[in-house]
Amino acid sequence: MTSLPQTAGRSPVRRLAGTLHRRPRLRLSLLLTAPLLWLAVLYLGSLAVLFVSAFWTTNSFTSEVVKVWSADNFHQLLTTPVYRQVILRSVGVALAVTLLCAVIAFPVAFYTARIAKPERRPLLVVAILTPLWASYLVKVYAWRLILSQDGLADWALKPLGLSGPGYGLTAAVIALTYLWLPYMILPIHTALEQLPANLLDASADLGARAGRTFRSVVLPMVLPSVAAGSVFTFSLSLGDYITVQIVGGKTQLIGNVVYSNIELNLPMAAALGTVPVVVIVVYLLAMRRTGALSSL
Amino acid sequence: MQLSRPARIALRAAAGLGFAFIYVPLALVLVNSFNRDRSASWPPSGLTLHWWSVARENEGARAALWVSVKAGLGATAIALVLGTLIAFAVARHRFFGRDTVSFVVVLPIALPGIVTGIALNSAFSTVLEPLGVGLGMFTVIVGHATFCIVVVFNNVVARLRRTSGTYEEAAMDLGADTFRVFVDVTFPLVRSALLAGGLLAFALSFDEIVVTTFTAGPGIQTLPIWIFDNMTRPRQAPVVNVVAAVLVLLSVIPIYAAQRLSADTATSSRI
Repeated sequence: MTSLPQTAGRSPVRRLAGTLHRRPRLRLSLLLTAPLLWLAVLYLGSLAVLFVSAFWTTNSFTSEVVKVWSADNFHQLLTTPVYRQVILRSVGVALAVTLLCAVIAFPVAFYTARIAKPERRPLLVVAILTPLWASYLVKVYAWRLILSQDGLADWALKPLGLSGPGYGLTAAVIALTYLWLPYMILPIHTALEQLPANLLDASADLGARAGRTFRSVVLPMVLPSVAAGSVFTFSLSLGDYITVQIVGGKTQLIGNVVYSNIELNLPMAAALGTVPVVVIVVYLLAMRRTGALSSL
Repeated sequence: MQLSRPARIALRAAAGLGFAFIYVPLALVLVNSFNRDRSASWPPSGLTLHWWSVARENEGARAALWVSVKAGLGATAIALVLGTLIAFAVARHRFFGRDTVSFVVVLPIALPGIVTGIALNSAFSTVLEPLGVGLGMFTVIVGHATFCIVVVFNNVVARLRRTSGTYEEAAMDLGADTFRVFVDVTFPLVRSALLAGGLLAFALSFDEIVVTTFTAGPGIQTLPIWIFDNMTRPRQAPVVNVVAAVLVLLSVIPIYAAQRLSADTATSSRI
């Protein structure tokens, strides 16, 4: 641990190494200075300025930002019916996407974790992960193709006398579900894989049928993982505006309203931008109570 | 759990439908790149290789690809340095506010992209523009690096937590100084975590559109922005189809690389 007398002070590099070794505080501050300047000053600084600017207003003639402190934007946000509708719709979409993801993910995860042959499971996990690496835009574009007029959806539903939903709110929910589904499958897969088989045997020995075992043993043990997955599906859906622009038709979600306000009324855009952040934080706090965050 | 035969069959069928839901859209993108028509009506009236050769000559797409690669490499380089520094600080030191640091690292990716985007945009335009630096490649790289730090950090910190400091101590006992220990012991230990983190950071940057929209000036067009701008133009549809198919095919590269790198670092940390 101590430097030997004959090597100490031989070269400047060696001396510097010795100094660094003896002074962990100096080492720590050298490690942290650059990244903290970047994250705290550049990133948190920009965020702070943005949220302060939510309390400013805009001159409606010149679109110039007026730096006078007022809570007008937040007042408008809560009282204007259009904004309230958009906020409720966005939260509704995020919840619908989360629910759909859970419903689709469960059987897939159950199959990959417990029914498929063990030697095939790693490959199946790769198959779940693969779409995560495909481009976000390409995946939304795929749904634009599927849902286009006379596209794949219309073609597949024609024999049933139906047609696809076209672009709109439904399309946005489908595309968002598609985008975030792997984030839901993976945690459920992991939880089901780690489920001890003897618990299931014990439940069966005590006379429970599959349905009862599912309700009383499997579901309670998997629920924290569903909550963990839902953190992704919910917050990623709530902040999205690109997907809605591509397949949502005239649908407006929070992200779109933020986007359309940026040019003309930046303070209002900033105020609107706080909404998803607040909702996500509340959601995270609610999920933390389920113990979901520790299994992320 | 002893599942009845019908229950097993039902679960298999549901899982099959789930996988179909995952893969049909990707397959459609591949098939559609050979579509003779400009419209996406199904089934296509005929298949052709024509649009692939048209797309290869498309200046806009090629320029955008190049911009994306440059931005991705720049952001990855910065993220590798900063993410590794924070990982060493958090994993090898105890200090006040350590949990806060790990939280702040995650924040840029946890908050909606549009919030990060407009925050950086107004910061750049108020701070950089008076200095004569407009929005451009530089600001795109800064924006991307900000949310790429977390993936490098996650990978390296996980590796450092699993390898205790004993190897380093052994090297020091044998007379190696701090730098020698880093080069001969620590770096080889974290090398594959750095590779995995760098790969993820590049993929994240390559795919990003929202933060890019707000940090790129009018002159900078990354590949996602090019796709987004051309997606709704019927004339450009065939070229967009080919570019989309290429991107689906390219996603095999990180999958393969992630499998080659140790499984624990690569699979658990796509976000």
